[in-house]
Amino acid sequence: MGEELILLNFWPSMFGARVRIALKEKGLNYEEKEEDLPNKSPLLLEMNPVHKKIPVLIHNGKPICESLIIVQYIDEMWNDKAPLLPSDPCAKAQARFWADYIDQKKSKEEAEEVKKELIEIFKVLEGALEEKPYFGGEAFGYVDIALIGFYMWFHTYETCGNFSIEAECPKIIAWAKRCLERETVSKSIHDPNKVYDLAMSFRKKFGLES
Amino acid sequence: MADEVVLLDCYYSMFGMRARVALAEKGVEYEFREENLANKSQFLLEMNPIHKKIPVLIHNGKPICESLIIVEYIDEVWKDKSPLLPSDSYQRAQARFWADVIDKKVSVAGKGIWSTKGEDQETAKKEMIDALKLLEGELGDKRYFGGDDFGFVDVALIPFYCWFHVYETFGNFSIEENCPKLIKWAKKCMEKESVSKSLADPNKVYEFIVGMRKMYYGLE
Repeated sequence: MGEELILLNFWPSMFGARVRIALKEKGLNYEEKEEDLPNKSPLLLEMNPVHKKIPVLIHNGKPICESLIIVQYIDEMWNDKAPLLPSDPCAKAQARFWADYIDQKKSKEEAEEVKKELIEIFKVLEGALEEKPYFGGEAFGYVDIALIGFYMWFHTYETCGNFSIEAECPKIIAWAKRCLERETVSKSIHDPNKVYDLAMSFRKKFGLES
Repeated sequence: MADEVVLLDCYYSMFGMRARVALAEKGVEYEFREENLANKSQFLLEMNPIHKKIPVLIHNGKPICESLIIVEYIDEVWKDKSPLLPSDSYQRAQARFWADVIDKKVSVAGKGIWSTKGEDQETAKKEMIDALKLLEGELGDKRYFGGDDFGFVDVALIPFYCWFHVYETFGNFSIEENCPKLIKWAKKCMEKESVSKSLADPNKVYEFIVGMRKMYYGLE
């Protein structure tokens, strides 16, 4: 039986990027439908009536919502290759903890004045990374997927906040570049300059230009 | 080798109650350590340096933090009895989704009801009623959110039941009037010893919040 996979997404979304990466890691074919967020499609509203947000993965007509829940679903359904979460319950709990940490802190980086907090968050994450190539250890996994989508927004944060993430947190940048060497990642996240242009157009639209 | 299980918790915490219910469902023996949140122990700060919050489950010396992550861990480690999450991947994703809805909507609205006043409080009350109605819709005619068996979403939500008295009193509304099916579900859950022994006494929670309001929010 053919698997039908549809991803409702919005291209600069770091949450959508998580799902793209997970699907590609598992070698899955899927159709991506771009949502125009001010004009949400009837399909999106039908598939995610509670939050009305992207990303939504629709598998054989059934919707799964919330990016980390979707990534876990993909990992469990297609468990024959590229495991994203560790099998050991304690290691799994740690991976879930760090992905949750990223989600809890994500709203903080929306305002440029919290540059100091952002650097602090990256430093905490650097601490969790230690000297490992990836958050999970030797293999690319769940926490890497949870965080790497934010990379396409780094240029925007740096420009708006007038600082260099690499200068403050070189290990995070080294880790990001390592992740980008994977085709599943480089094909899932967009050009940081395009993201920057979009962010600037939002700033203008919402009267944030000085 | 015997398992050493310690739970750093606080009697009133609905998040701590989730861990208590899950451990009771699995018949796991553990040591309950009450934390004074105004004076956190060195041990708590060491076991949860990132968030410095309870609950923390410490299993053979290793800490697990965040209540829903703890419940999933408990379900995975003690998998021989009382499964909390469904075995089907899609159903599991749905269970995680609804537990997340509880965290995003019920928990936030609840705090708003007892810690604010005026328009903010009215907004919080409306959000609470909307959230509970949404959950009631998801429950439908099932005995539990998990279907015939008590499960993950039931564990995630039932602790809030002992906080309903706080919400109803400060919000001046009746949850039973708005969501009768949900109250029926809660009473069914309370028949389980794992639940009734894990939840706090609603009157004690109320007294605690009266004190909190005065001390931290300047509310009578």
